[in-house]
Amino acid sequence: MNDRSPWTDPSWIRGMTQRRMSRRDLIRNAAVGAGAIGISSILAACGVSGEAQTTGPTAGEEGSAQWWADMKAQGPGDHINFTNWPAYIDRDFSVDGPGSRPSLYAFTQSTGIDVTYRADINSNEDFYAAIRPALESGQDTGHDIIVMSNFQELSEMIALGYLIELDPELHPNFDQYAGKNFVDPVFDPGNKYTMAWQSGITGIGYNTNYVDGPITSLDDLLNPKYAGHMAMFNNSPDAGCSAMIHLGIAPETSTPDDWQKAAEYLQKFNDSGGLRGWMDQSYLTAIENEDLWITMAWSGDILNDKLYFPEYATFEFTIPDAGAVIFIDNGCIPNKAANPVGAEMLMDWYYDPKYAAMLTEWNAYFTPVPDGGEIVQADAAAAKGANKEVLQTIASSPYVFPTTEFAQKLHNYRVLEGDEVQTWNDIFNPIFLT
Amino acid sequence: MERHLQPDLPDVEVPERRKKRARAPYGLAAPALVWLFVLFVIPMIAMVSLSLQTGNSLEGFRQTFRFANYTDALSQNGDIILRSLRNAAIVTGVALLLAYPVAYWIAFYGGKFKNVFLFLLLLPFFISFVIRTVAWSFILSDNGIIFGTLKTLGVLPDSYRVLGTTFAVIAGITYNLLPFTILPLYVSLEQIDRRLVEAAKDLYASKRKAFTNVVLPLSMPGIFAAVLLTSIPAIGDYVNASVLGGPGTTMIGNVIQSEFLRDRNYPEATALAIVLMGIMLVGAIIYARLLGTERITEA
Repeated sequence: MNDRSPWTDPSWIRGMTQRRMSRRDLIRNAAVGAGAIGISSILAACGVSGEAQTTGPTAGEEGSAQWWADMKAQGPGDHINFTNWPAYIDRDFSVDGPGSRPSLYAFTQSTGIDVTYRADINSNEDFYAAIRPALESGQDTGHDIIVMSNFQELSEMIALGYLIELDPELHPNFDQYAGKNFVDPVFDPGNKYTMAWQSGITGIGYNTNYVDGPITSLDDLLNPKYAGHMAMFNNSPDAGCSAMIHLGIAPETSTPDDWQKAAEYLQKFNDSGGLRGWMDQSYLTAIENEDLWITMAWSGDILNDKLYFPEYATFEFTIPDAGAVIFIDNGCIPNKAANPVGAEMLMDWYYDPKYAAMLTEWNAYFTPVPDGGEIVQADAAAAKGANKEVLQTIASSPYVFPTTEFAQKLHNYRVLEGDEVQTWNDIFNPIFLT
Repeated sequence: MERHLQPDLPDVEVPERRKKRARAPYGLAAPALVWLFVLFVIPMIAMVSLSLQTGNSLEGFRQTFRFANYTDALSQNGDIILRSLRNAAIVTGVALLLAYPVAYWIAFYGGKFKNVFLFLLLLPFFISFVIRTVAWSFILSDNGIIFGTLKTLGVLPDSYRVLGTTFAVIAGITYNLLPFTILPLYVSLEQIDRRLVEAAKDLYASKRKAFTNVVLPLSMPGIFAAVLLTSIPAIGDYVNASVLGGPGTTMIGNVIQSEFLRDRNYPEATALAIVLMGIMLVGAIIYARLLGTERITEA
């Protein structure tokens, strides 16, 4: 929970001193009161607002230049709430307390800002659902930094104006070191709202204690030998796009007909009787408990388990021969965040190649910082002892440093626009509910 | 000619005090009425309103009185609704069979430790039920403390599992709702006059006959309440299906949750929630008619 007194919490003070109810809200609320005469007018008044924002913040509003200038004058505060996905930050289990996250600890040491780090995000859909009510009513979500995949939820948050537009002056490292694939992404032109945290591949993870032979296709998950111990992701971008790639369809240019074909393929998993479940991040616990033997998986989760935990040494990660889909998880600052200046400083901190390398050496994901990758390579070459093998495996893994040939197998998600969202959801979401 | 049949009576003034007294019940009921209005009537109107709207979460929803939301919700989820009803029926039956002997034993043989037993029964429920359900998913894990051991001993084949099956979901709901079955049964059994059982035996009833002819009918109010208190939450449960279930075990609560959180299709989600509420309401009314409404209040 928020461990600060309300008296020192800038978001609280802002909330108490600034107008919260807009004129539109006032008119709408008045209408509810006046309309109480007729039931149908009440029925008509209880709308749910959406109203996509087409322009940026107006002068003085959150995210505007003036607002950032005021915020920077106040300083970065002494505390940041950073909410991320599990298995996503470097750990040192020989140390207790904040020192057990070395790169984050270095940030605190250098800036004096305390960071409460929570690995609370298990799915984009559920996490967005949890914070949406606060965002909708203009309240602080309690998070200064959140990490969202390049899914529909992130696009919706940008469109609805739920994220604070970043201050271009607060990310010097990003400007200098961000890799070209991570600058100006299609889901956030000009990086107005986001900076990539890490990126990875949605492929197949398995435990060689139970699964033998090369795994080359999504069809291998349907092998009756693994019935009851096989799982798929329950998010439509991963499941849907992976199915399309399996069927030889490029997801980026796919049509609703292609989605239908992919859905029919995914339906096979329901009909097989062997599917353990359509899962979110909980798949990782399930494969660690050996409830799952083979599953759709995110690259770094499996590689990190395999390399750093002896009990998971039998885990393997691979991608189908047909190819796989690549995701980008993005740091962003939700509206009314208590410490936007500190949040952006921290996001930029990880674009320093030194700290980017610390992340990659632990979590085995794609780094958005090419110079950080060079440091990983150099560290691997220079390493000695037990660490040597681990670092060399990471440095030579195509799942962390893809070769040009390998990169050709990787696809992006389908970017959905307008009514396509509803069509896509109607096609894919019923599959996950059987 | 006009005749006044009624004698003229002097106007009798109602004393102020009696007027006040007549208004008193409304005054006393006011806090509850305000409560109901704010927290029940208004949300219900908002729900009904939302269920007839169209739109999406990006552009917002507008009132279009689209009643097809209801038919869509029903036609797409008919089999899942039926599955929820079936699961709830099994849960209620199993819970009754498990709960009755427990409640009977505590009521008749608990002696001075009755309260201790009841407290022990409730003790696990001091922990959030989501946490207890997640704990079950660890206990029932394929290689967890139970099945891992049995597999090592060779009692069960390696591929045996309980998690992700309908059995796990039904067992989970039953476990979570058991106190709601036991407590009303206990209350009605506890109230039975023991002398009636003695009288039955004096009249040469066997133990079994005394039970079926005296105890069981007298505990009907408890059974009635227990069935309602168990079956209604069982139909709407979604936690057990999402934590302990797998494909083929989805319940209607999961669909509503998914429509709300994943699709953000609020109209269809509310329509489905209202349909579910309607089904439960109609079911409860029919049930009450069959067994007599006065029994609810007795229990």
